[in-house]
Amino acid sequence: MTIFGYRIPMMASLLVWCVAWEIVGRLDLMIMVPPFSEVLRAAVDLVQTPSWQSATVTTLRAFAIGMALSIVVGVPLGILMGRIKLADELLGMWVSIFSSAPLSALVPVLMILFGFGEKTIIAAVFLFAIWIIVLDTRAGVRHISPSLIEMAKSYGATKRALYVKIILWAALPEILAGIRLGLIRGVKGVVIGQLLVAIVGYGALFETFSRNFRMAEFWALTIILFAFALLISELIERLEAKVEFYAGAR
Amino acid sequence: MRNATLRKGPTLMPEPVDAIVEVRGVSKSYGNVEALRGIDLDFPRGKLTSLLGPSGCGKTTLLKIIAGLVNADAGTISVNGRTVSKPGPERAFVFQDFALLPWATVLRNVAFGLELRGKAAAEREKIARHYIGEVGLAGFEDKYPHELSGGMRQRVGLARALSVDADVLLLDEPFSAVDEQNRRKFQEDLIRLRTTQNKTFIFVTHSIEEAVYISDRIVLLSPRPGRISQIIEPEIDRSVDPDRIHRDKHYLDTVEEIWQGLKQYVD
Amino acid sequence: MAGVGTEGGAISLAPSTGRSDAGRWQDNPTLLRVLSVVLFAGIWQIAGMIPVSFAFPTFVDTFTAFLGMIADGSLPKAYLSTLQPLILGVVLSTFLGVGVGTLCGLWRTGEWLFIPIFIVLQAAPVAAFIPMVTFIYGIGMTAKTLAVMILALPVIVLNTYKAVRNVNVSLIAMCQSFLGTRWQVVSRIILPDASPVIFAGLRLGVAAGFVGVVLAELLITPTGIGDLITFHRSRANYAAMYATIASIIALSTLTLVALEWVETRMFRPEKRGA
Ligand SMILES: Nc1ncnc2c1ncn2[C@@H]1O[C@H](COP(=O)(O)OP(=O)(O)OP(=O)(O)O)[C@@H](O)[C@H]1O
Ligand SMILES: [Mg+2]
Repeated sequence: MTIFGYRIPMMASLLVWCVAWEIVGRLDLMIMVPPFSEVLRAAVDLVQTPSWQSATVTTLRAFAIGMALSIVVGVPLGILMGRIKLADELLGMWVSIFSSAPLSALVPVLMILFGFGEKTIIAAVFLFAIWIIVLDTRAGVRHISPSLIEMAKSYGATKRALYVKIILWAALPEILAGIRLGLIRGVKGVVIGQLLVAIVGYGALFETFSRNFRMAEFWALTIILFAFALLISELIERLEAKVEFYAGAR
Repeated sequence: MRNATLRKGPTLMPEPVDAIVEVRGVSKSYGNVEALRGIDLDFPRGKLTSLLGPSGCGKTTLLKIIAGLVNADAGTISVNGRTVSKPGPERAFVFQDFALLPWATVLRNVAFGLELRGKAAAEREKIARHYIGEVGLAGFEDKYPHELSGGMRQRVGLARALSVDADVLLLDEPFSAVDEQNRRKFQEDLIRLRTTQNKTFIFVTHSIEEAVYISDRIVLLSPRPGRISQIIEPEIDRSVDPDRIHRDKHYLDTVEEIWQGLKQYVD
Repeated sequence: MAGVGTEGGAISLAPSTGRSDAGRWQDNPTLLRVLSVVLFAGIWQIAGMIPVSFAFPTFVDTFTAFLGMIADGSLPKAYLSTLQPLILGVVLSTFLGVGVGTLCGLWRTGEWLFIPIFIVLQAAPVAAFIPMVTFIYGIGMTAKTLAVMILALPVIVLNTYKAVRNVNVSLIAMCQSFLGTRWQVVSRIILPDASPVIFAGLRLGVAAGFVGVVLAELLITPTGIGDLITFHRSRANYAAMYATIASIIALSTLTLVALEWVETRMFRPEKRGA
């Protein structure tokens, strides 16, 4: 959008909404909505509490472990499916089903299998994130130009060199896109997992805040979470842009 | 004085010259599409031979069989007297779509064949720099493929094939994705490289003019299933000014003659 | 900015139309699909028989429990209460989402004002709002419907918006050159041209709706499928619990396959057949 010839970035409209929020909050229209300034103040206070800090550490650790697992498993699986037709035929259906299924229904299973602790949250992150990583990696491997593979073969590439020097790199943009989407899903997984387990990390905090009607803190926590999700996806997008730069000619 | 030597019919093979690549009885089908049937062909050492024929007649297939990238259903390929079925260091392929690594610089791309063969970095880069200069790309070593024009990219592909020091260079329509001006320039360079490099070139093309302009021998293939229909040796004196060749009567006659032969296949 | 891109690389779940002329079993898609299902069930069965965990029933037990729950009517009853808010929520999200998305695609100020919100909502874990929704609306139908909408709306809006924004410009120029009015441009060119992508967005919206309703039932309202899951878990009746979960995943998959089939039928003539 442009005003008086100046381009205003699209995300700037979020500021407008913050102002609107402040006004609605000040007017005391809904008890659920305290003024935005109050939420910000609550956020500043919140980050200083030990309970928030330890919840954040728990959450981040579960998220990081779950994501690392889903990348370590998902990328090779996607490459396998992209290269070997039989693997693709046998696994493709299930990957596809799980990538769009209501996985939240599976969290109770995780809870009885892994207990009411961090392991369940890690498993939830893994379960939410892995499928899209597999799918995108597979698509990336499928899109590699056959002549690039022939080129490597004609210059005598070994199997290992073919995968390490050609396939992994040629599929990298799609792999990164898959990881970015996987991270977004992983954040959802960590939150849904913690909400359902309700005694770990942010889930416990959300539970306390909403039970005791501490709305400002509830919103503060929500905003922190949203900011984290957006920050992560923005970071990966930067990385993607960098890869696109030299892969631009594909 | 310079007469095109025409040998009609698949039965008439040229007298045994020093053949570096020998194709014997090669056939290939994809499912129920018969791409090649009973190809017997010799490629003389140090010459540039073109494979010319209508689209889909199996030129690429034949070239890839020679390269060892596709397995023939029947028949053998021998290079330097040894039967081959896999890619080997004595053959190098130049791809129609360049097949450059988009994430690697010109230098690394040119050196890539040597990298796969495990040559030390310093040594392979020295060789690569030499051939980058040879194809006229000096100064572009650190550029990425997407920063180059189509013609320059194909030069990278050519330099990569030259730097592994293979005896036989296999080129699959190397100029089809290159604009016309670059193509002309490139053809001249190829003629020059052929005399300086002392290598055997096997060259697939759609263009009659291109084939006559650069080849020592032209193998005409018939439409599917691909068979040899004619072998022509244009014997054009290329030491003269390139622009004169294009207006040379002998050149034009040969082009016309090939066109008359191919015309029946176009409908 | 993040999120406007759809998730690429999906494998089609719709029945494959490819023929196989070679006789090799590796080339027979139907056989492979059956084999894939058999393999899955087999691994499940074996894992249950070992067992990997006391809470991991075999495939056969689970399937028996499934039949049992259909017979005693508890599963159909649960679905009746789950599907109502799901369908209502999806229908409302469709109308609202396609409307808002089209508006944002056509109207620059609307785009500037609303699209960032939906981008944020799509990328962020909005599930955090669901407990909140119960506080406002209690544990009834309204709360569940809202949960569905919170999850389904952003993806529908964004897909519609993207489709409308990326409409073929030369078609619009064509319509204008034949003196089409603004309304005709929108109704005869933009919406028909955008409809395949809009429909794809609806499919993603339905998938998100399933997540929303299950989550709402697990978190807040003790009714429907979510309640059935929680109930059987508390009774340690794991076979019934797994059967319930498998049934909701199967239902959502079948719905998505059906929608995909409709999509190729109606909107993608070029993808039909082969
Ligand atoms: N991988 C493949 N699978 C199935 N059929 C193929 C394959 N590669 C080639 N063919 C078929 O084999 C025939 C010969 O193909 P080829 O690419 O060798 O022809 P060409 O002479 O190089 O054609 P063009 O001039 O168009 O490049 C064609 O009919 C083609 O359809
Ligand atoms: Mg070809």
